[in-house]
Amino acid sequence: MPFGNTHNQLKLKYTADQEYPDLSKHNNHMSKVLTPVMYAHLRDKQTPSGFTLDDVIQTGVDNPGHPFIMTVGCVAGDEETYEVFKELLDPVIQDRHGGYKPTDKHKTDLNPDHLKGGDDLDPNYVLSSRVRTGRSIRGFCLPPHCSRGERRAIETLSNDALRSLSGDLKGKYYALKDMTDEEQQQLIDDHFLFDKPVSPLLLASGMGRDWPDGRGIWHNDNKTFLVWVNEEDHLRVISMQKGGNMKEVFNRFCTGLTKIETLFKQKGHSFMWNEHLGYVLTCPSNLGTGLRGGVHVKLPNLSKHDKFGEVLKRLRLQKRGTGGVDTAAVGGVFDISNADRLGFSEVELVQMVVDGVKLLVDMEKRLEKGQSIDGLMPAQK
Amino acid sequence: MAGAFNRILSSRKRVGILSLLGAGSLTAGLLLKREHVSAASQVRRVYPPSAEYPDLRKHNNCMASHLTPAIYATLCHKATPNGFTLDEAIQTGVDNPGHPFIKTVGMVAGDEESYEVFADLLVPVIKERHNGYDPRTMTHATDLDSSKIRAGQFDERYVLSSRVRTGRSIRGLSLPPACTRAERREVERVVVDALAGLQGELGGHYYSLVGMTEQDQQQLIDDHFLFDKPVSPLLTCAGMARDWPDARGIWHNNQKTFLVWVNEEDHTRVISMEKGGNMKRVFERFCTGLKEVERLIMEKGWEFMWNERLGYILTCPSNLGTGLRAGVHVNLPRLSKDPRFPKIVENLRLQKRGTGGVDTAAVGSTVDISNMDRLGHSEVQLVQTVIDGVNYLIDCEKKLEKGQDIRIPPPISQLK
Repeated sequence: MPFGNTHNQLKLKYTADQEYPDLSKHNNHMSKVLTPVMYAHLRDKQTPSGFTLDDVIQTGVDNPGHPFIMTVGCVAGDEETYEVFKELLDPVIQDRHGGYKPTDKHKTDLNPDHLKGGDDLDPNYVLSSRVRTGRSIRGFCLPPHCSRGERRAIETLSNDALRSLSGDLKGKYYALKDMTDEEQQQLIDDHFLFDKPVSPLLLASGMGRDWPDGRGIWHNDNKTFLVWVNEEDHLRVISMQKGGNMKEVFNRFCTGLTKIETLFKQKGHSFMWNEHLGYVLTCPSNLGTGLRGGVHVKLPNLSKHDKFGEVLKRLRLQKRGTGGVDTAAVGGVFDISNADRLGFSEVELVQMVVDGVKLLVDMEKRLEKGQSIDGLMPAQK
Repeated sequence: MAGAFNRILSSRKRVGILSLLGAGSLTAGLLLKREHVSAASQVRRVYPPSAEYPDLRKHNNCMASHLTPAIYATLCHKATPNGFTLDEAIQTGVDNPGHPFIKTVGMVAGDEESYEVFADLLVPVIKERHNGYDPRTMTHATDLDSSKIRAGQFDERYVLSSRVRTGRSIRGLSLPPACTRAERREVERVVVDALAGLQGELGGHYYSLVGMTEQDQQQLIDDHFLFDKPVSPLLTCAGMARDWPDARGIWHNNQKTFLVWVNEEDHTRVISMEKGGNMKRVFERFCTGLKEVERLIMEKGWEFMWNERLGYILTCPSNLGTGLRAGVHVNLPRLSKDPRFPKIVENLRLQKRGTGGVDTAAVGSTVDISNMDRLGHSEVQLVQTVIDGVNYLIDCEKKLEKGQDIRIPPPISQLK
């Protein structure tokens, strides 16, 4: 909750130990990193917009752990959070992103020509392909901390930029609060509509405030390029289509993102980015590329194989159910995507998905014929 | 231009330097190199109140009815001495447009001073919620002398249980929407310390929600004493569930007739209850217990939040005054199905709920009947109203049993 300016001063009347959260039952990255000494050191600090340590960690205090995945347990309220609270966030980032060091540099590569192949994933197995990322507009507070005025300004700016897209990308914006019943039904049928977050992970950080004010969905007429405004990040950008042509999906993704960035720059706004953290987003888990590229793929035989988990791990891929994070697979169809976000470029991550999924489909075909997959086991990437 | 810039820099208010200069990324880059220690360097993007005013067009709660753009503009830059702001006070009402059955209040207090700092909004909200009670001109009488109660024993063929609850806040500590972890723990310490001093019929034990054993938890569930993390968005949007279950707990006496909730929706909720219809005894225990707890905290230099305009200060404006809900679970098989039932209940200044409490429906023919009012009437007056009203309802039920007709009573005058 974004408290008033003097609220943090009130806490300083108590000792750090008196204020220190009880993390004894907790299992998230924040709880593993935060110590009483670190808390004492950071608690009198604020970002220039007034975001404090307790604001950063509230979601992790309120949500001790997730049954399946190790959650991050902290969020950023603005770009400066990652600087002011680096003592906490650098080790969290290191834990979450495979040892990424405070001195490491992150490479951004949104040139779709650098992707090799990816246009020939077998559509008998690969049902759909999708790439998503997020973008934050520099100079504005992030969803946990933004005021209504800021959120509306972000919506207006985004709408202005998206409205100028043309050709394959031409589309329309649907504000959540003005949506008609028909529009709502259509967006649900297209699987585009996002609803007020119900996850306590998001609600506890203040991202659900003022819903649905300032929130909306933009998509192109072809329904292959979609932008969520003011959900968990300022912008979530999604390129998707049925079938296995990941190359086309990634082309559109890069083209669309580059165009949007240009349109924002013309109005004097840039995206939050730096050479250490790449694109800056609300959740530290989405730093770097913020990219999740994935497919819905039929792997009924492979998914029952006892090496399935090991294969995914070596390919640096992650499996989810077809409802997204926190869901189970239905009918042998899995959502397979890159596990990494930071320390690899966009091209590198999508390349891993393309190469990895190709291999998984080959393995599935072998198992269908009763053949062994031992010879196909990949090395650790 | 330079002159205006200097004036802005020296102002103690939050000013959107970045937005005014349109410096965007360049300035952000400079900021990143500075030492971020001081809380005084407030550089927050600021919009005029009209750009921040919430969209309340689909809303139906007391806050939405009274928060005009003009009032918002006057109050939006204010904060209580503890740093609680208007936006925080109204957040729950912005996030929860309306309740299907009842008009919710739509705002909370973060501390005692909220009622003063945000009076321009809270006074009309209080007037609407409490039948025209004007805290600027009226005074609220507190009366915990249970000896004044008349005819407080109900016919137990109808009344299954009797209960009186209220809340109390510890002066000097912020309320659940705003309190820090240390403050919340201090509330727990002060209250548990006082409760440990209760003796005789009131002697009991505290069960902290943190580290509660499985057996204790099961026992408390069986006794219907356990409260859980709030799930109602009315409460969670106000920030009351933060840091759960830290510093939350349940205290009850050994006889299980006097119960105190610590740090749930208020600093304390105090409940006296028992099976059967002896409301007089329930209220006696209530008053004795409350006065004893007050005496014990005062020994240590603390007091309850109270003033003669608003009575006892609680988190939700709906619970000001007495914060008292006195009620019974009463079986009224014929009357509860009679179409005149709601009007009879209303005219008696009572409210019916299901036996699960607020937001529940009646199961079978047993209903929860309690006082509607909280502020502008004393505790004794409200409990007497419930006693007289429930006796009237039982009388109606008996008449219907005999095939006699019943009468809708004239409405009781609201403010005395």
